[in-house]
Amino acid sequence: MSEFASAFFSVANLINVALSIAIVGVLGVGMTAVILTGGIDLSVGSGVALVGIVTALAAHAGGSPSALMAGILLGGLAGAFVGLLVARWSVPSFLVTLATLSIERGLAYWISGGRSIGELPAGLTWLGQGIVLGLPVPVWVMLLVFVLGWFVLTRTTGGRWVYATGGNEQAAWLAGVDTKRVIFATYLANGLLVGLAGVMLAARLGAGVPNAGVGYELDVIAAVVVGGTALVGGRGGVIGTLAGAVFIGVLNNALNIANVDPYLQRIVVGVVILGAVLADQARRRILRV
Amino acid sequence: MTVVEARGIVVRFGGVAALSGVDLTLIGGSVHALCGENGAGKSTLMKVLAGSITPDEGSVAMDGQAVAFDSPRDAIAAGIRMVHQELSLVPALSVTENVLLGAESPRRTMPQRALDALARIGSRIDPDVRVETLSLADQQMVEIAKALASANARVLILDEPTAILSRRECDALFACIAQLTGSGLAVLYCTHRLEEVARIASQVTVLRDGRLIASGPLAEMPREVIIRQMIGRDVARAARTRTSTGAVALAVQALSSGFVRDVTFHVRYGEIVGFVGLVAAGRTELIRAIIGADPIEAGTLMLDGQPFLAHRPRDAIRLGFGFVPEDRKGQGLIMHDRVRVNTTLARLGSLARWTVVDRPREQSVTREWIDRLRIKTESIETPVERLSGGNQQKVVLARWLLGALKVLIVDEPTRGVDVGARAEIYRVISDLAAGGTAVIVVTSDLAEAAELCDRLLVMREGRLIGEADAADRAGAMMVGA
Repeated sequence: MSEFASAFFSVANLINVALSIAIVGVLGVGMTAVILTGGIDLSVGSGVALVGIVTALAAHAGGSPSALMAGILLGGLAGAFVGLLVARWSVPSFLVTLATLSIERGLAYWISGGRSIGELPAGLTWLGQGIVLGLPVPVWVMLLVFVLGWFVLTRTTGGRWVYATGGNEQAAWLAGVDTKRVIFATYLANGLLVGLAGVMLAARLGAGVPNAGVGYELDVIAAVVVGGTALVGGRGGVIGTLAGAVFIGVLNNALNIANVDPYLQRIVVGVVILGAVLADQARRRILRV
Repeated sequence: MTVVEARGIVVRFGGVAALSGVDLTLIGGSVHALCGENGAGKSTLMKVLAGSITPDEGSVAMDGQAVAFDSPRDAIAAGIRMVHQELSLVPALSVTENVLLGAESPRRTMPQRALDALARIGSRIDPDVRVETLSLADQQMVEIAKALASANARVLILDEPTAILSRRECDALFACIAQLTGSGLAVLYCTHRLEEVARIASQVTVLRDGRLIASGPLAEMPREVIIRQMIGRDVARAARTRTSTGAVALAVQALSSGFVRDVTFHVRYGEIVGFVGLVAAGRTELIRAIIGADPIEAGTLMLDGQPFLAHRPRDAIRLGFGFVPEDRKGQGLIMHDRVRVNTTLARLGSLARWTVVDRPREQSVTREWIDRLRIKTESIETPVERLSGGNQQKVVLARWLLGALKVLIVDEPTRGVDVGARAEIYRVISDLAAGGTAVIVVTSDLAEAAELCDRLLVMREGRLIGEADAADRAGAMMVGA
């Protein structure tokens, strides 16, 4: 036990946990905003893979800065496409992103010919592997994104409108909130963050990998939901999502150190997520009465 | 022969009396009309008889025997069936299956029993077709047949059965009702339409504010008497006229939108104009078209003499409109969110700098309006769902008061608001008009219209049929007298 404790509480291990949740955390900020409007994005896992491939190609063609730009822009473009369909034509986000999940994964394989695209320039890999002031760069990026997301959602008019749109779209619209624009902007912002996360993942892996990020959408949604954001929209926030991501990261890490069978680990994580969500539901019910 | 006798029925909802000591007697073989305005207690009384509300005081007897219903099941077992305004049929099932839904019966006798029930109401609907292929009128017939499918049905309660029917379909319904009373059934018939009362009822009961106002044979209660009893004598005075009204604020010319046809009117600054009419007269549709919530098909809108067209509420709000919707929970408020957030929702841009909300200013502005409108809340951070209906309504009003407002449109200002808070909401609206704002009020409550408004415009079936000089005259115009 003490062996477990000393391994778990070592600084190196805690940094390791932070690094393991960095990409899910960045995606979690965008996902929180999307879920606050009452929507969902199932395609973030495919999105980071496609962005990773395009980033790697751009890095070979034009160097690190243009690769970073290309990755974020591509993410934004994909987000704008989803946002247009959801906001303008009221297609359920579940369906749109179920489709883009498949399209983006397909594009990632097709463009790359199914092979990883490696040998990325050092400037780019620094984004995934560099260390600044003792912390890995992805952890810094994640913290920055969380602070930014928290500020926008809680301190600006746009953030307030996101909550209002998800809380009661009719009421917000009748009170003069341009709910369609709010929804579009939310998917656009989410897409830009998917772009950033895609660049970070490629940088960390040292390559654009077409089958990277499989199942990320579920990890991200789990972090958001465990963090207390309601799937119906209007309630929750990024602080909860950060807590949710840390919680799941710590759990995975502890199970690893305790040498739990990897198959069993997935079951344990699932059960714990279910428990956390049920406990949250019970808490709400008690508080209401 | 008396079938049902209710005595001294009292129903309270959280301290507010919905019915206070109401009597009702239903006689076999006759139609008893139940009249009253919205909120008079008609639905509550019907639900007591149908077993879905247990009265706090009073007794119900059938054939002289006291009965107590704890659920609709008990009432059905005793032979009382109710047909609700919203039909409860399963669209994908056949007529036969719907008629016998819930009445467990052996499969082979089903068709015959359904045919019997349809025959009893004199209907020739094919029992094998799916209900979704039928007209609304035929669906209503199926609903009645379903109510009568149990052998022991003695009492039929109909809640606004003609609200969705055309004139010809009404005739068929009345023929059906005549056939039923001919076979000895007692019918309780609730309606807004007084011409129907004169046609089919032999007994009339009028409720107002949960009290029994009058009950007796139709012959002793002419239409004018019923209207006066429904509205109450004290409001039958001329609508008061404000002397100091300003220039024309909003002018609407020949507006058509959906159900609304060719409506022309204007509102001056400092004036409160009331729109009255029955449910589905087109009043809500009219104001939704004005503020851009629904598209306009024809007509022109002018504000301060300048033509404008709002494609969405945001456009109208920028011009100086404010809108308090009828459905406060569904369209007015974000119920789980804070009082502060709900108060500043429409004016958030003016409280922000570079899109960053000035939180201290937002808080002080919210506090100021909470004080001015005397909104009772623990704090400005309390979820608005914890406030009473009246205080919630004041929050929606406050939303518009904290910015420049030219025309305020209020749909049903006091729906679901207790009596004490009503007076305060009237005061807020009156003060606003006195301060020069043009106000449009849509209301189904004639007493409210008389108390609050300077002019009353009457709508019926999507059209503006005229201006009424007094509330009782408006009531008569509403129902087509």
